[in-house]
Amino acid sequence: MARFEKPVEGSWTAHYPELGTEPMSYEDSISPEFYELERDAIFKRAWLNVGRVEQLPRNGSYFTKELAVANTSVVVVRDMDGRVRAFHNICRHRGNKLVWTDFPREESSGNCRQFVCKYHGWKYELDGACSFVQQESEFFDLDKVDYGLVPVHCDEWSGFIFVNLDKEPSQTLTEFLGPMITDIDGYPFHLQTERFAYRATVGSNWKLFIDAFQEFYHAPILHARQSPVAARPEVQAAGFEGLHYEIEGPHRMVTTFGGQGWRMPPEMLKPMETVTRSGLFGPWDAPDLGLDELPAGVNRAHKKPWGLDSFQIWPNFVLLIWERGWYLTYHYWPTSHNTHVFEGNLYFVPAKNARERLAHEMAAVTFKEYALQDGNTLEATQIMLESRVVTAFPLNDQEILCRHLHKVAADWVDEYTRDRAGV
Amino acid sequence: MPDTLLPGQFSELEAFAPTWCLPTERERFAKRMASSMEDMQAFYDAFFPRAEEAIAYCEKFPLDDMPDDAERLLQLLYSLVMVSFPVETWRQAHIPDSGAAYLDLLIEPMP
Repeated sequence: MARFEKPVEGSWTAHYPELGTEPMSYEDSISPEFYELERDAIFKRAWLNVGRVEQLPRNGSYFTKELAVANTSVVVVRDMDGRVRAFHNICRHRGNKLVWTDFPREESSGNCRQFVCKYHGWKYELDGACSFVQQESEFFDLDKVDYGLVPVHCDEWSGFIFVNLDKEPSQTLTEFLGPMITDIDGYPFHLQTERFAYRATVGSNWKLFIDAFQEFYHAPILHARQSPVAARPEVQAAGFEGLHYEIEGPHRMVTTFGGQGWRMPPEMLKPMETVTRSGLFGPWDAPDLGLDELPAGVNRAHKKPWGLDSFQIWPNFVLLIWERGWYLTYHYWPTSHNTHVFEGNLYFVPAKNARERLAHEMAAVTFKEYALQDGNTLEATQIMLESRVVTAFPLNDQEILCRHLHKVAADWVDEYTRDRAGV
Repeated sequence: MPDTLLPGQFSELEAFAPTWCLPTERERFAKRMASSMEDMQAFYDAFFPRAEEAIAYCEKFPLDDMPDDAERLLQLLYSLVMVSFPVETWRQAHIPDSGAAYLDLLIEPMP
């Protein structure tokens, strides 16, 4: 018997009939051929979040983003007029990577007035114009105007910087995000600038890690021992049910309850949670975000008790807003069909004192304790999926978002393949 | 190095300070993984009862202008958070089922 109300169709999945209820194949997560198609069909056509405006605090601030999945690196910069621009990170002379520090495959950031290639000293303004060619008279009919940096489509939403590698994106960023995401407009991300940035290489397909964090069916089991002994029977017996699921275009979201540590008896909590007044769901004492009410897109179904919203923004960006006034992001950057780089960022309103800072530390350390269990399990899943001993897997109603992700991946690859065939 | 690392009222914790006053999560996580349960339990047992007192002491100062000894006390609190997982939850340093998985913290607030 469901504790929380489901749509009139009887299940969340039936509410979106295009998803079906059949067992799913995970061939899309183990096939090198499918991965090669995803690179062009998805990562060279979708808008990709590469960072936030706080990473570009001043004119001349820049950072690079390695996009191995698309065989490129981009440099994102705030130019001298304050406009955020993106370029392929390649010198127009003989193809050297333009911006890097010490290690060509590592990301770099800093502040500069112009980009100077390490190789032969060609220089570029921050708007991409080539401004200097070493020994220019040695070249043949070379006009610097023809040798600006190769621009990448770049736009912002709510302080999140997106790029699109398509020559002519078929949608603007706003169109691509759609109302379910842009309804979050007005949420004060810009106040939450205290950042914990995590990174790991994970031995699984990128979609498997998205799956791991877009269903919470696993949480009472995989993370059972994270709960105090007294709390475990209740946690496991209750299982997990989402309060609200919603799908719009290629994006999806889930609202869940939970995390009200301040209402729980001490024996249901870890002693350190009681001392720091913090835990997995964040500090118990929420900061003042200056909001009279939440933006329409946050807890959009007005569920109580609201714990968090997890927005899965296609293809590889997760935005998770916690009821206690902080947020986190996940990014999954594929490096092969069975490896990817995972990035997790936790953002808090900057601590005003040591007590607040310690509460952030408790939330951050707890996050890592959980994430390491998740990450390791993914490799175990990848290994056995690749055996192809089993090729059909049943997904339940709480796993609806996994079903949607893999359908969207298939749809984008199909559409691309059809376009390419000229059908 | 000064003779003492911590504020005077926490002198009984001095023995733990050289080991556990560590400025970054990377160092604290590595120290946890390299420590025995006996050592972490001893640190936890000595410090946990005084954690609230230590928080109250540290929060008197602005975060961006803490005296060195208070900042080290705050680092000691971060380490208490770190060892609380082995001590309160796992009974071992390693997170069960996390195998060779790692998650590097590249950017963190200071202090």
